[in-house]
Amino acid sequence: MDVLVIGAGMVGAACAYHCAAAGLRVTVLDRGGVATGTTSGGEGNILVSDKEPGPELDLALLSVRRWRILGERIGADRLELEHKGGVVVARSAPALAGLADLTGRQRACGVDAVDVTAGDLPALEPNLTRDVTGGAHYPQDMQVQPMLAAAALLRAARDLGATVHTGTEVRGFLFGRDGAVTGVRAGSGDRAAGWVVNAAGTWGGEVADLAGAPLPVLPRKGFVLVTEPLPRVIRHKVYTADYVAGVASDDAGLETSVVVEGTRAGTVLIGASRERVGFDRRMSLPVIRELAAQAIGLFPFLADVTLLRTYLGFRPYCPDHLPVIGPDPRVPGLVHACGHEGAGIGLSAATGHLIAQTLTGATPDLDLAPFRPERFAA
Amino acid sequence: MTTFSFDGEEVTAEPGQSVGAALLAAGYRSWRTTRHGGAPRGLFCGIGVCFDCLVVVNGRPGLRACLTEVRDGDVVSSQEGAGRDHLAC
Repeated sequence: MDVLVIGAGMVGAACAYHCAAAGLRVTVLDRGGVATGTTSGGEGNILVSDKEPGPELDLALLSVRRWRILGERIGADRLELEHKGGVVVARSAPALAGLADLTGRQRACGVDAVDVTAGDLPALEPNLTRDVTGGAHYPQDMQVQPMLAAAALLRAARDLGATVHTGTEVRGFLFGRDGAVTGVRAGSGDRAAGWVVNAAGTWGGEVADLAGAPLPVLPRKGFVLVTEPLPRVIRHKVYTADYVAGVASDDAGLETSVVVEGTRAGTVLIGASRERVGFDRRMSLPVIRELAAQAIGLFPFLADVTLLRTYLGFRPYCPDHLPVIGPDPRVPGLVHACGHEGAGIGLSAATGHLIAQTLTGATPDLDLAPFRPERFAA
Repeated sequence: MTTFSFDGEEVTAEPGQSVGAALLAAGYRSWRTTRHGGAPRGLFCGIGVCFDCLVVVNGRPGLRACLTEVRDGDVVSSQEGAGRDHLAC
């Protein structure tokens, strides 16, 4: 059966690669270029550490295993995939108590989470502030260069027979007499397909509307700061214990909880802010200041380091903070792989794997019920 | 005239001149080496965009020579790579 994937970002690339590897004939369409939408505004987090026990953590654990396999198959260097691990830092007694409670519950789910004393943190991160209460080390956390990885997976999919068309916008769906999807109406003409995968990221709701199967996927704005290139000064993904609370928050206002990491290029990336302000692309100096101040709090040496630039992205979130993965029973032939919020890069490998399993009739490695598209219907 | 030192040599500059302009006027074309390969670098864009002309001024690395106004008595020195090897871990 032919599969048409809408979206050439990280999730679309992972779906295309896994479907092609499973023997399906795959076409990828994107109205822009490769990784120019949701993926371009991300940081490349592959995290289990920031997830509370539940369906998203199960998905993240599967995804960590699938990323390891992708690294072996495609080459970690070609993805800039680094098994660097994460370090979460608590800077008050209540924060440390909350973190210890979380690591205990995560360990029960199979997460490798090691509680670390304040005295042992400098051995993990020599440049970290000494003003810490304690922390946790998560060896399973990884990092990838998202645009590079999306391009590498699409290239691997093409080597397996897939075709990729950029600059091709999907304008509508084609339906058979039974109401099932038979293809899409695209900028370049009609394209037939047995399955259409909605991997349109933050615009997944618009694509779902075109198919007549609404999904509540909304944008959450986030800034990332980029420093001048440095030698390796930060070994892990380092963030404060407040980050987990921020990720799960329903607050519409501005939230910042800092995440700091080095990259292979030498720049240090500083995230992560969250604002629900629609598709507002405006720069915000107060947000940048707050993130920079929090980063300096964690790594005092950053006070003397120059920022080269900032960028922002829109994280596609659903009201229950879970992605939408799997066939849509409202419109046969329509399959969703979107709404991963700020975790789409990390969760993409498992998402693509599960979509390929579903479309080939295999039993998915994970129960997709928590991610079902029709769960939002009032 | 403003006087400053560059890698131990005395250099004079016009008041208000940038470090980069003063170094160029004094005949220096490069004052940084790249992080990978150690290739020489100096002014490229000259307007603060390219970050090629990084230099160490009074012990502070990573300053853009083209945007940094030279002051009397400044101690300017060449920068190797990111200029922050002491932080590497």
